[in-house]
Amino acid sequence: MPIYNKKTLSRLLNGELSWKELKPIIGGKKDPERFDMVLEILQEKVPWNETILIPLHEHLFVVSKDNKRIVKCECGYEFGDYKENWKKKCRIRVRDTEDDIGDLYPKYMGCDPEWEELREFYCPSCFTLLDTETVPPGYPVIFNFLPDIDTFYEKWLGKDAPDR
Amino acid sequence: MNTKPIGWEKSSLNEMLQKSEKLIEDTGRYYGLEKLSLKKDNPFRYERAYASLRGALVTARETALHIAASPIVKEIGELCFALYTPEGDSLVVSTGILVHVHTMSEAIKFMIREDYEQDPGINPGDIFLNNDPQTGNVHTTDVQTLIPIFWDDELIGWAGGVTHQVDAGGITPGHDLVAAIQRFDDGMYYTCRKIGSNDAIWKDHMINARRSVRTPLYWELDEKCRLAGNLMIRDAVLEFIKQEGIDYYKKFIREAIEEGRLILQKRVKERLIPGRYRAAAFFDLPLKEEAWQPRAKVNKLTNEPLEIYVKEDGTLSLDFEGCSGPGPNPMNCGIGAMEGGQWVLLTQVLIYGDKVNDGAYFGVQKNYPLGSWCNPGDPYLSYQSPWGNLIPAYTAMMKCISYGLFSRGYREEVIPGYGFTGDAIQGGGIYSSGPLEGDRWALSTFEISGQGLGASAVRDGLDWGYAMWNPESDLGDVETWELFQGGIPYLSRKIKPNTAGHGKYRGGANYAGVAMIANSEDVDFFGARDGLVFHGAGGMHGGYPHSTGYRLIAKNTNMKDIIDKQEEYPIEDADPSNGQFEKLLQADITRKPWASIYPVMLENYDMVHFAMSGGPGYGDPLERKLESVKKDLDEGIYTPDLVFNIYGVVADYDHNKGEWFINQEATEERKKEIRKERKEKSMSFDEFFEYEKSKLTKSELSAPVKLMYSESLGLSEKWRKEFIEFWNLPENFQMEGK
Repeated sequence: MPIYNKKTLSRLLNGELSWKELKPIIGGKKDPERFDMVLEILQEKVPWNETILIPLHEHLFVVSKDNKRIVKCECGYEFGDYKENWKKKCRIRVRDTEDDIGDLYPKYMGCDPEWEELREFYCPSCFTLLDTETVPPGYPVIFNFLPDIDTFYEKWLGKDAPDR
Repeated sequence: MNTKPIGWEKSSLNEMLQKSEKLIEDTGRYYGLEKLSLKKDNPFRYERAYASLRGALVTARETALHIAASPIVKEIGELCFALYTPEGDSLVVSTGILVHVHTMSEAIKFMIREDYEQDPGINPGDIFLNNDPQTGNVHTTDVQTLIPIFWDDELIGWAGGVTHQVDAGGITPGHDLVAAIQRFDDGMYYTCRKIGSNDAIWKDHMINARRSVRTPLYWELDEKCRLAGNLMIRDAVLEFIKQEGIDYYKKFIREAIEEGRLILQKRVKERLIPGRYRAAAFFDLPLKEEAWQPRAKVNKLTNEPLEIYVKEDGTLSLDFEGCSGPGPNPMNCGIGAMEGGQWVLLTQVLIYGDKVNDGAYFGVQKNYPLGSWCNPGDPYLSYQSPWGNLIPAYTAMMKCISYGLFSRGYREEVIPGYGFTGDAIQGGGIYSSGPLEGDRWALSTFEISGQGLGASAVRDGLDWGYAMWNPESDLGDVETWELFQGGIPYLSRKIKPNTAGHGKYRGGANYAGVAMIANSEDVDFFGARDGLVFHGAGGMHGGYPHSTGYRLIAKNTNMKDIIDKQEEYPIEDADPSNGQFEKLLQADITRKPWASIYPVMLENYDMVHFAMSGGPGYGDPLERKLESVKKDLDEGIYTPDLVFNIYGVVADYDHNKGEWFINQEATEERKKEIRKERKEKSMSFDEFFEYEKSKLTKSELSAPVKLMYSESLGLSEKWRKEFIEFWNLPENFQMEGK
């Protein structure tokens, strides 16, 4: 099994690896230490102290805070219980007119707002674009991923979650 | 009628299948195997055995494709072979269009359940043909040949091969017929039919087949291609048994599949995180203006939600609850096609490696709700182009798995989706002069197998190089396509700006072609791809979906004059709102915002533009590196206006140096402006909730959206419950749709 050092993994996370460096990582066997090492790198990177349990997104993490598991943005904004869809705490822009969609796509190359709208979900604090949804008008907001944190740590990694 | 069973230990095949299914149901393990004893006792022999069979299948494919006539088979290898157990479970596969490995498995099981052993009989040297989606296939243009393999008096396996045909004799020429609305439009149906014996195809079958399709030469030689490959596989299996012994073979095929199942569970535990994953894809089929048939005049939007559970034991469950209904259109999808699509994607994102077989199929639970587009339960519907729904639907699976891969730290494996394998332009005509005068040509370019792949979480997506149904995608050479579609020569193939999905890492980009009708008569032309909605489940973590398709046709052109005078003619449609076609041509130019059209008649010098699909993006575009944006501009991937709007990059073109330069200061300002816009033009969730809910309650929705909701709400109690709870609607909420 390969083991990549912290520097290589940091460069991977930052999108700095050349194709020559990246290709064997994609094509080769996976490094079993990856999760722990990535967690360590991310924990050092974020400007706050709560323990990261699961990296959920480029900028969002499930963290342990005051014995609760919450979703927290890299900027420090707290989205609340990880079992609730963090998108419900976002600022949301709905592009549902031809003009709004036309800002992003040439004529004929974007969706027809009669059929579909484009939603943008921003962090209410740093206004990073966290997600887009392209769905018909009136479609419920999609809750993309609800991790089973305890099963993951206890049954798959063979250890307690850091907050347990 | 057979009197002696052909299964093992004097069992019938049906008894063997029932036993196999019960063992997996009771134990969760393939054939109830508790350990891989052959692998454990002598791993070298076991691995050598697998490699020898795998090599035999790859060799069979590589040899057989030289017998084929279809350019799509010969040029880009639209075929594959697989070896199956007596019960129809694949244990070894070749390379190629692997989407069909499990569909052929379904066809074999159909024959077993229908007791073909008794009637029409399964004997050494028999040949069976299948292209029926209801009995294990995707659509009628995928044609399967299956042969039984015997050792002494026992059936010990099946060899199967599939090729994609240019034409199957449907309502119009082509391989994905937009105009098919019922089974009787789909072309010839061979429902697991015996077509030969003693290793020879019966003459009456071949006469019938030749007279039933528009491309008889391709059909006939492709049948011989598939049979030749199967016979090579049979020879290799018999040689294997001579060397290793029949007892070893019988144990080996069980272990190889159980190992495949264990590999899936191991990979899932290695790379994902247990939990619930969700995504939703959509597809548009606006036939209200297009269809000829009155009952097909429906603008249809398909709902394709997917929920995946990654379970504690490393198995997966896939649930398509909430899918909208089927319709009088060709994009209804049978279970066999859904299984094939699911399996081929798993081979690409999780179980790639040497033991790719039906073991993975047994590690996944599925729910394809009866009555929905993915399991209509009505054999009389058209299933001629299920790809239209299947391809976008499985972007949701790729996206769901990517959430797990990301969280586990394997960001290099993240891929939120892929481009639609369109624009599948199709049709055909008759040469009006020259050495081929009177001969038919078929338009069926398979450069569609070079689409944009989604971005990963560490790099841009692959440009023009991906097809979800064939891990060996290849867009082929224009010169080869022109050999068989000579009535519509290319005028250009050029990068089309703004096809790639935006993001920190952009999706794969793509190109567009312009072609002109020449030296022909009686030309039909049509095409299919997304148009009014974005393809699939969109981008990820702030990335945007790639652009949609549209239709551009120029009729009654002055191209003859232009060619005579050697003047400039359009070779692209870089800016559809200010098009080259309008500037350079005198013609009747039609632009439609949708891309799936019924056939139109074209004349010589008429022109068409067709664009391949990009891939979805990943991450906030404001985080894209400036040097990457400059490269996009230099290569024509994006235009400066959209780069300004989306990436916040201000750039100027240096005509002397022939490249773009980024104005750093102005870019910083523009990015600040975009963040300000985000703040000003966004709303809180509560405001959003009221805004969106009012669209539902005030009936502000368009007819296709209403129809979609009415179908999904009516077909799934679970989806309805969540929908009503989410929007806090009354229990008796109804949505009328037609």
